[in-house]
Amino acid sequence: MALLQVDHMTHFFGGLRAVHDYNLSLEAGQIRGLIGPNGAGKTTVFNLLTGIHTPTEGHIHLDGQEITGKPPHRIASLGLARTFQNLCLWRHMTVLEHVKMARYSRISYGLIGAFFGTPKRHREEAAIEAKAHTLLQLVGIDHLADQVVVNLPYGAQRRVELARALAIEPKVLFLDEPTAGMNPEELVQMMEIIRRVHAEFDLAIYLIEHRLKMVMELCEVIQTLVFGEVVAEGPPEEIQTNPVVIEAYLGKEGVESSC
Amino acid sequence: MTFFLQNLVNALQWGSFYALIALGYSMVYGILMLFNFAHGDIFMVGAYIGFGVATGLTALAAMGMLALPNWVILVLTILISMFLTSFVGILVERLGYRPLRDAPRASAAITGLMIGIILETGNLALLGARRVSFPSLIDSVTYNFGGVYVTNKKIMIVAVSLALMAALHQFVSRTKWGMAMRAMAFDYVVVPLMGVPLNTIAALTFAIGSALAAAAGILFGVAYPVLDPYMGIVFGWKAFVAAILGGRGSIMGATLAGFLLGFIEIFVAMIFPSTLRDLIAYSIILLILVFRPHGFFGEAYSARLRL
Repeated sequence: MALLQVDHMTHFFGGLRAVHDYNLSLEAGQIRGLIGPNGAGKTTVFNLLTGIHTPTEGHIHLDGQEITGKPPHRIASLGLARTFQNLCLWRHMTVLEHVKMARYSRISYGLIGAFFGTPKRHREEAAIEAKAHTLLQLVGIDHLADQVVVNLPYGAQRRVELARALAIEPKVLFLDEPTAGMNPEELVQMMEIIRRVHAEFDLAIYLIEHRLKMVMELCEVIQTLVFGEVVAEGPPEEIQTNPVVIEAYLGKEGVESSC
Repeated sequence: MTFFLQNLVNALQWGSFYALIALGYSMVYGILMLFNFAHGDIFMVGAYIGFGVATGLTALAAMGMLALPNWVILVLTILISMFLTSFVGILVERLGYRPLRDAPRASAAITGLMIGIILETGNLALLGARRVSFPSLIDSVTYNFGGVYVTNKKIMIVAVSLALMAALHQFVSRTKWGMAMRAMAFDYVVVPLMGVPLNTIAALTFAIGSALAAAAGILFGVAYPVLDPYMGIVFGWKAFVAAILGGRGSIMGATLAGFLLGFIEIFVAMIFPSTLRDLIAYSIILLILVFRPHGFFGEAYSARLRL
C-alpha cells in the first residue's frame, strides 16, 4: 500500500456530485500534481483527504492507517499537512507564533509551566524556537520571524504557510496553488523552495497548480480532474500531449503558453 | 472632587462585574463566532453555586469541622465555584452549541436564549421563587481617604477582578491553549489542520468564560447579598454590550469596555435622575458604536469561511 492510498472516493454536496470514484497512490518521496479547470473539484479532494469533509464513499489510508472520517487534527498529527489556495493566516500573530502553533501537539508543559516559567517550559520553548528558526531559514524568511503576518508581502505570507505546514513534521504535504498571485520572480523562488523542502525532508508532495510550467517541471505524475473525475493520469510529457487533457483543460485552441 | 472620586470608586466596582462577564461573551464570540446568550444566566448560576458552597463551608466551620478564617472561606468559595461553574459552561457548549457548529448562526442564538430560560426556570423549580441571601463572609470595614469612603469589600472586589483579568491575559499569551484561542479568533478552519483539537479549545473557552462569570456572581453576592433567578438577565445584556463595544474577541477591549460601562452608568446617575440612567448611558454607547462600529479593538472582518 502506498504512503497515501485513496480508494474509490466519492463525495456529494447535497445532490451535487463533487468528486467521483477518485483513486490515488502517493508513494513516499514522490511529487505528484493535480490539475484541472476551475471548479473541477481539486480543492474538494484536498478538503476530503485532510478531514475537513468526510467522503460519502471510499477509503483513505495514510501510512497504512485508515483515516477516513477522522477529525482534521488527528489526520494532521498522523503526518498530513497542507497550505491553502487563499492564504489562511492568523492576521495579527507573528510569523514565529504561526510556526509554534503547528507544534501544539508537541508542547507538553501545562498551566504551571506557563505561569511560573519552569525549566521544562524554557527547554521546550527553546527547542520549539530553534526548530521554528530552522524552518523559517529553509523557506527564507527567518529575518521576518517577529513580524506580524498582516504586514508581510504576499510572497512572504505564502512562505509562512509553508513553514507552518512543515512544522507539524508531515510525511505528506499538500500544496494548494502555492504560486497563485505570484510574479515570475517569486514563482521561481517558490519552485526552488519546494525542491529544497522535498530534498530536505524526503516528503511526499501533492500539488494543485494552475501554472503548467511548474507542474511539468516538478511532478513525476500528474492527475487531471474534470468535473470531479480523473480523466487522465501519467507522467508530464504524456499529460501534455493527451488529447483529453488538452481539450478539457487547456482548451481546444492549443497549449497555453503564458507561463 | 471627593464626590467625583467617590463615584469613581463605585464605578470601578460596578465595572468589575460587567468586565468579568463581558470577557466570557467576548472570548466565545471571538473564537467560535457565536453569541452565548445564556452567559448572563451562567453568571446567575455561578452566584447560586457560590451561595451553596459558601453556605456549606460556613456550616462546616460552625460545626467546628473546618477551622478556617472567613476570608479563607471566601477565597475557597470563589475557587470552588469557578471550578464547578466551568462544568456548566462545558455542558452548555457540548449539548447546546456543538451540534449546531455548522448550523446558521441564528439557530445558535436562539439556543442560547432557550438555555438561558432553562437555567432561570430550572433554578426556580429547584429552589423556589424565594430570594436567597448570600452569607456575609467578611465584615464590612469602611476606610476614609480624605472624605472618600472605600469599603474593604470594594477593594477586594476590584482587586480580585483585576487579578483574574491579569491571569486570563497570561493564560492567553503564554499557554498553548491560549495561543490556539488567539489563532481561532483569526481563522477558525485552519487551526485543527495544525493538529489542534477544536472541540477541546471550544470547551475550554466556555469553561474559562463561565468560571469568570461565576467569580463575578460571587463578588456581586458579596456586595449585594440578595440573589434571584433572574439577576443574570440585565447583567448579561449589559455585558454583551460591553463585549461588542470592546471589539470581537478582544480581552483588553472587553475589560476596558466593561469598566467604561460601569463609569458611564454611575456618572450618568450622578448627574441625571437615576430613572434616566440606562436611557442616557446606552444612548452614549450607541453613539460610540456609530463612530466605531467594530468596537475599540475590533477590526473589520468578513465572516465567510475560507478554504
